[in-house]
Amino acid sequence: MIQVRELSKFYGKKAVVEKVNVNIHRGKITSFIGPNGAGKSTLLSMVSRLIDADTGEVLVDENHVHKMKSNEFSKRVSILKQSNFMNVRLTIRELVSFGRFPYSRGKLNSEDLRIVEQAMEYMGLMDMQHDYMDELSGGQRQRAFIAMVIAQDTDYILLDEPLNNLDMKHSVQIMKILRRLVDDLGKTVVIVLHDINFASVYSDRIVALKDGRVVKDGLTEEIINSDALKEIYDMDIPIKRMNNCNICVYFNS
Amino acid sequence: MRNSTKLIILSVFAAVFCAVYLFHDLNGSFDYALPRRGIKVIAMALTGVAIAYSTVIFQTITHNRILTPSIMGLDSLYLLLQTVVIFFLGSNHITIVNKHVNFILSVSTMVVFALILYRFLFKRGGQPIYFLLLVGIIVGTFFGSISTFLQVLIDPNEFMRVQDKMFASFNNVSGELVWWALGIVILTFIIGWRAFNDLDVLSLGRDTAINLGVSYDRVVKMMLVISAVLISVSTALVGPITFFGLIVANLSYQFFKTYKHSVLIAGASVMSIIALVGGQWVVERIFTFSTTLSVIINFVGGVYFIYLLLKESRST
Repeated sequence: MIQVRELSKFYGKKAVVEKVNVNIHRGKITSFIGPNGAGKSTLLSMVSRLIDADTGEVLVDENHVHKMKSNEFSKRVSILKQSNFMNVRLTIRELVSFGRFPYSRGKLNSEDLRIVEQAMEYMGLMDMQHDYMDELSGGQRQRAFIAMVIAQDTDYILLDEPLNNLDMKHSVQIMKILRRLVDDLGKTVVIVLHDINFASVYSDRIVALKDGRVVKDGLTEEIINSDALKEIYDMDIPIKRMNNCNICVYFNS
Repeated sequence: MRNSTKLIILSVFAAVFCAVYLFHDLNGSFDYALPRRGIKVIAMALTGVAIAYSTVIFQTITHNRILTPSIMGLDSLYLLLQTVVIFFLGSNHITIVNKHVNFILSVSTMVVFALILYRFLFKRGGQPIYFLLLVGIIVGTFFGSISTFLQVLIDPNEFMRVQDKMFASFNNVSGELVWWALGIVILTFIIGWRAFNDLDVLSLGRDTAINLGVSYDRVVKMMLVISAVLISVSTALVGPITFFGLIVANLSYQFFKTYKHSVLIAGASVMSIIALVGGQWVVERIFTFSTTLSVIINFVGGVYFIYLLLKESRST
């Protein structure tokens, strides 16, 4: 379990995240939702120590994040940000191999190679493993980065808006893969999502943020109802049940 | 062709150039000419390796392929220091005449300057690396302007001495200093060697590097200090060669097409040796000292710099 305690972040005097307390449960998909500027990405970045919190603490399986060595931390928690700027030209295989860096420090043994192959197989990238990253489409790139995170083999996988700029088909593909990671491999996934319906259909728990605070935190069924959504988004959103999914019809509300 | 093959071929070329430089037209002068040429070759190899190494690591940690540590104000600080000393103390003062004193003064000033700059910027915390670059360039321009101002006021004979310092020269390098510089460069390799793998990950960007367990701040600080020390040593030894690092680092990226820093740094270092030793031989034998190597390097490098800028602006 990841425990977030009284976490705050200020830019100047403005609190972007203010006294947030959240528990992230093992073996579940937890979605962070909320309007733009609610502090979702900042919260995720603090949990994964990409940025330092101003106050509060984060515990991963009872360990203080700041007392863990960065190498140890990277074997337990991985983070994938929305934009991944690279200064070098890499093939998919080289990128996925970097996922083993916390274990191998760059010198891959046969076990590492096996895990790299497995990760590429899992993401359906074996045919194009020698293609260069800059020649891929958005969906293929995103899959390659997720394959790297899978090769990193952490219990917790944090993703910051992985569906950005992806079309419907690829979005669904990515979400199904994340679901499989949780159901088949017992991983814990935390994901920042903009589309409330993906959160509704695929996640186990939802944490809703607004103005840097947690306004709702609970099981998906508890959050996806018109009253709760009104509080989060200030919109009247009717909910329809189709194919056993709760779909929020927000387009003309 | 595999990268190890490429490295071996380049190394052979470098060795051939060194041998030609050492033994061509020696006329049996083993006692007099050979040791003098030997010191020059070592000084050139040392400068080349220091510039190549510092430029590659600097460009990786700053995520760019155009700016070099020299541009960060270190070259202009060196010139300012020399100008100020000559302006106020005269060209016959011990700090100019005695090469050891001058070397130690230059290295320590540049390293202290770099450390203050980095410390100031890191202490504020959370400053993006671009802010560091911007401050470095502004400070460099500031130093350059003061130097120019003092050079305008200076006595013409004294200005000749300043001018000597403005261009890199391998012709009167002190033998003893070369060994000191060699020791420092070897030390930076011993310290930096273990972090080469971390550098490979740093080229994936800050977020990915931290995700993969690299202690980002620690590695970046260590590499900035190493690059400052290396540039200071090479500049204090032979003088500023502004565009040289840019050429060899980018040639190495293009030639090796890899992310592995052990290969990139080795490649850039060998290319530097070829360029400096080969270039110096051409200057001595073909141009018969009618020009200096740094003038040629800055000419070629400047053209290459413009080419890189145009290429970058097209690709984005």
